[in-house]
Amino acid sequence: MAYKTIIGLEIHSELMTNSKIFCNCTTEFGGDINTHCCPVCLGLPGALPVINKKVVEYGIRAGIAFHSDIARETKMDRKNYFYPDLVKGYQISQDNIPLCSGGFIEVEKEDGPKEIRIRRIHIEEDTGKSVHSEDGGSLLDYNRSGVPLIEIVTEPDMNSPEEVKEFLEKLKATLEYIEVSDVKMEEGSLRCDVNINVVEEETGVKTSITELKNLNSFKAVVKALEYEEKRHIELLKEGKENLKETRRWDEVNNETIVMRVKEGAADYRYFPEPDLVKIEIEEEWIESIRKNLPELPHDKKERFMKEYDIPEYDAGVLTQSKYLAAFYEETVKYSDDPKQVSNWIMGDVLRRINDEEIEIKDLKFTSKDLGELLKLIEDGKISNNIGKKVLRDMFDTGKSPSTIVKEKGLIQISDEGALKEIVEKVIKNNEQSIMDYKNGKNRALGFLVGQVMKETRGKANPQLANKLILEIIDEK
Amino acid sequence: MDLINLSATELRRKILNGEISSKEVVESYLDRIEKIEDNIEAFITLDREEALKAAEEVDRKIENGDKVGVLAGIPIAIKDNISTSGLKTTCGSKMLENYIPPYDATVIENIKKEDGIIIGKTNMDEFAMGSSTETSYFKTTKNPYDLNKVSGGSSGGSAAAIAACEVPLALGSETGGSVRQPASFCGVVGLKPTYGLVSRYGVVSYASSLDQVGPLAKDVEGIALLLNAITGYDEKDSTSIKKDKVDYLKALDEDIKGMKIGLPKEYFSENVDEKVKGKILEAVEVLKGLGAEVEEISLPYTEYALACYYIVANGEASSNLSRFDGVNFGYRTDDYSNLEELYTNTRSEGFGEEVKRRIMVGTYVLSSGYYDEYYKKAQQVRTLIKNDFKKTFEKYDIILAPTSPILPFNIGDKIEDPLSMYMSDVLTVSVNLAGVCALSVPCGYVEGLPVGLQIIGDSFEEEKILKLAYNYEQNRGIDIEMPSLRSEENGL
Repeated sequence: MAYKTIIGLEIHSELMTNSKIFCNCTTEFGGDINTHCCPVCLGLPGALPVINKKVVEYGIRAGIAFHSDIARETKMDRKNYFYPDLVKGYQISQDNIPLCSGGFIEVEKEDGPKEIRIRRIHIEEDTGKSVHSEDGGSLLDYNRSGVPLIEIVTEPDMNSPEEVKEFLEKLKATLEYIEVSDVKMEEGSLRCDVNINVVEEETGVKTSITELKNLNSFKAVVKALEYEEKRHIELLKEGKENLKETRRWDEVNNETIVMRVKEGAADYRYFPEPDLVKIEIEEEWIESIRKNLPELPHDKKERFMKEYDIPEYDAGVLTQSKYLAAFYEETVKYSDDPKQVSNWIMGDVLRRINDEEIEIKDLKFTSKDLGELLKLIEDGKISNNIGKKVLRDMFDTGKSPSTIVKEKGLIQISDEGALKEIVEKVIKNNEQSIMDYKNGKNRALGFLVGQVMKETRGKANPQLANKLILEIIDEK
Repeated sequence: MDLINLSATELRRKILNGEISSKEVVESYLDRIEKIEDNIEAFITLDREEALKAAEEVDRKIENGDKVGVLAGIPIAIKDNISTSGLKTTCGSKMLENYIPPYDATVIENIKKEDGIIIGKTNMDEFAMGSSTETSYFKTTKNPYDLNKVSGGSSGGSAAAIAACEVPLALGSETGGSVRQPASFCGVVGLKPTYGLVSRYGVVSYASSLDQVGPLAKDVEGIALLLNAITGYDEKDSTSIKKDKVDYLKALDEDIKGMKIGLPKEYFSENVDEKVKGKILEAVEVLKGLGAEVEEISLPYTEYALACYYIVANGEASSNLSRFDGVNFGYRTDDYSNLEELYTNTRSEGFGEEVKRRIMVGTYVLSSGYYDEYYKKAQQVRTLIKNDFKKTFEKYDIILAPTSPILPFNIGDKIEDPLSMYMSDVLTVSVNLAGVCALSVPCGYVEGLPVGLQIIGDSFEEEKILKLAYNYEQNRGIDIEMPSLRSEENGL
């Protein structure tokens, strides 16, 4: 039996404007509880919202980056519901006329790129946060109340957890590129709700949609989806029907748990926010936003291929995040070999970053340090292998490569006189290998070079060692 | 000299030329309040100490020859739904019985900037929902002309305070006639400015698209004086309009010769008390005598206005009043064991019947499945009503009508019958729906009770309606006797 998984996403991303969406309070993360507040974001009686133009601009930026249609006239609406973190009893959001409609994000698949369609992008205010006190009560922190958000809703176009991960990475990278959000899932500046169900392809029988919440990392998204995919397929196999429900991901037990069963759609009694006026968006404004938009991943990739003459694959990897791309470009400045830089970053650097689950921003060394290291290798001052060791040290200590090389005495022995003595010693101890070489076993030469490297703890210049060994053998 | 009988502009003149001090003025009014407030019950909160302090400050400024604002030293009463920093703002509700705002509404900032003296907060229907102050959690304000009659509402406290000479000026607020109707009932002048002319920031919202703060005074000059102080663009209110400042006092001096006035036949229907109609028609004759041209006109969508109003206003109100949930401020029930109960019991106990009724209706008209049928349709009707006015004002300068179809009624007469209570707004709500401006000016008495003449102007034509009202006031030939002058008869 073949099954098709159907996944759609609702993503909330905090916008990094300086002030909140409807008042002048700062959007800064953290801060003492309830210190980034005023009558407006506390919803005090009589306080009124005034829209922050920057929020509209950032929303338009996202719309442009994701190929959406930008509304020429839009409005804010009230979404009415009661919850303690919602100060006014309604959230100011957008209902039937979102700021941006349509659009897509392209993800790479084995059989070529696939477009994941975006249904809409709208702007809204964030709510406060419940904090649980030691005595079991609930306290409220409204620093986040009124922080601007964009909500991005996709069509149900994703068919595997892997595809969702790809999509989210693309989305995150783009939001970073266009400088509208710092997209930190841990700090809650990127939040992702997922809708999933599975259809039995032959019969068309479907499971009811499950909504997943409390997904705090891309990894959690993937794991929760894998879990749900299996659960839904199992339901189909057993011929069981499931209820439309909201579940949350339990990271400790690696399972999803029912939060609530959805009985009919909630009625939010949307209506146009009468405290705000219509938002009119002029063509020229959109154009000026478009013109001033930072370079997007795709454009950067093309440029990297042309400017640095690196393969498409390399350019793709390096432009995955704007921070990685910037790191690459900075490093290239110190090196004469862009492809070599790409190899090192895609290889040792990214491997270590992925292993440690850190980000390029968290590195202890700078792009200049890496450039210096590569320059040492290019100039033959250290070998490739020593270079790798030095890089490991740089990860651990953050020291510059020249310091590490100096402290550990790793400079390559390129002095003929000094190396000759060692070579002679190695040859003396390995007469058999010389015989072998003379008898046509070329591998013996490699063995001898290796012995020299061993003797010098890797510091010998291998080309020079090679040359000296041949000279001595010839003399014999 | 009895200071409490002077008009606001007379007080201003005497304070400025040093004839009297602001402190004397404030003391006189506080004495008056002391004497009669128990009978009138116009105030929820009095701020004696701060008022005296502020008066002394103004006196000091005047003594020093410092520049002072247009309201220098004049006591002003504030409707209790307008936020006053450090001073209770209850909205006439148990829900906000002990709520003290940490900030001033923009209109309060403006009054303070102009050196006005805030003397206290006036009674009102709970959350401005009512036409008689009877829905107030605290008290019912009496009509100073007849203590058995209502003062009107929802700004009944402000209107009665002026009529009883407890203050010379007051702020009220309108959503559907809440300044004009009590002004009419209490025989004072009350203005509903054009939507957007006065900042709503800090005014506790009832229906955002209709709410507007308005001044009340003994005479038209007082209205112009207070309006001068409170108008102006406010960046904190997105619905406030950028417009050059106008000196409304200056506009009063011109005559009204040739002004074109329309009398909408729908406002003189059989539902309007014949005696009230009679007084309006007498006023029309006065205006004709001053050179105004009067014709009968029609505002055909008038009959839908009341229904339209109650849908739009209640829809918005149901959402605006959601913030009173017992979580962050205001009343919280003692009786709850979970969140649902906290909400339900807080709101059940904290709100009065009329407020709950309107929240229920408002919630219903916004519900999915009913939105199109009610709220959306009401908004469309609202557009038609706006067009009625727009078309009329292409031809006419002013629309004249009664303010209220009935005379002040007895306390208790209508409170059990919401529909008949709503009917008392029938002649005022259209103006709010259309967003235009209107005022009520006394035009005589029937059975010893005041009747108000409603003067309606196009958006931002306050100068025109004030000018007409002033010309009428100067020439109406009626002895307007503030009830304070008949204190013995009233037993005050």
